[in-house]
Amino acid sequence: MAPLVPRSGDAVFASVERVNAELFTLTYGAMVRQLLTDLEEVEEVNKQLDQMGYNIGIRLIDEFLAKSNVSRCVDFKESADVIAKVGFKMFLGVTATVTNWDADGTSCSLVLEDNPLVDFVELPDTCQGLYYCNVLSGVIRGALEMVSMKTEVTWVRDMLRGDDAYELRVKLLKQIPEEYPYKDDE
Amino acid sequence: MGKEVAESCVESVMMEMVSAYCNRFYAAKPELAARRIEAIGYQVGHQLSERYTMERPRFSDHLEAIKFICKDFWSELFKKQIDNLKTNHRGTFVLQDNRFRWLTRMSIDPVPVDTDSSQDPSGATPENKAEQATSMHLYFPCGIIRGALSNLGIPCAVSADMSNLPACELIVSKLTILFVSGKNLVDIFFTLREQD
Repeated sequence: MAPLVPRSGDAVFASVERVNAELFTLTYGAMVRQLLTDLEEVEEVNKQLDQMGYNIGIRLIDEFLAKSNVSRCVDFKESADVIAKVGFKMFLGVTATVTNWDADGTSCSLVLEDNPLVDFVELPDTCQGLYYCNVLSGVIRGALEMVSMKTEVTWVRDMLRGDDAYELRVKLLKQIPEEYPYKDDE
Repeated sequence: MGKEVAESCVESVMMEMVSAYCNRFYAAKPELAARRIEAIGYQVGHQLSERYTMERPRFSDHLEAIKFICKDFWSELFKKQIDNLKTNHRGTFVLQDNRFRWLTRMSIDPVPVDTDSSQDPSGATPENKAEQATSMHLYFPCGIIRGALSNLGIPCAVSADMSNLPACELIVSKLTILFVSGKNLVDIFFTLREQD
């Protein structure tokens, strides 16, 4: 059998089941709104969104690997590129740009100009501390953790807070060595 | 064609939302969790029906509005129409989707769900907690329909019932949605029981 060729973000996105983005955007929006009502503290909402993202990320990575045919990335740089060009495209239909690498290649920024999560969204004054898209940082953290990379993901720029783009800072904390042999009986 | 996202995005958010409400925020109060999930759905349905009816004339009666939900609205959400619509002509409508997308990848235990919360699900034993978790997922679409209809001027109660086709290895889920406008909610549950 011929080796599987990694597919482009466009190709993968074209092949997955898709739904109209409004349903997604409004569902997410309604959920955040309800969370703000129920949890009261903006900080707590940020935390819960991140946790939800993490839980989503650790599952989405499987779908991502299965459908994109991406094999092992040689370094963190390649991983970041794959997230930006294939990962974002495959799920959200948009791509991100990777920039601002630090000298030792362990932290970079993912910049999103188009972000389907925030269509129709405006933050009232009462939720100024809210990281509305915090689910995204959780997804990236969770997904990378499943492929042996412990990361810290933070928001640098957020258009809902008046910046000119969405910028996520992804910092590689450590590579977790894989342990062989796996113990099946645990 | 408008913007699209992968279906797994919607499914993931939905699953996490249900699990956060049922297992973290209101773990001890399933009826509250259900109400919150339904409220989120209501909001979504309300906004979506506003958008999807923007360029339409007003619906002349309830049946027209419900046909719209069965055809156009359902197609926008699930890329298929409702399979079967029944009514008793006294304000009760039963909508049936034989392959409800959001359930096709779940294992299902048949437990009736209703937005009226007249039943008290809090007496749950650990054994039926799993069933309850699955049925929690139905409060969201129920809320969507209630929100959509209320935006069209039809206040109603919506409940869902699902039953597995017997002895089928593929999980083909059957979703029946009951609309009750007005006060015949009790009748409906009678009807439901008789079906069982």
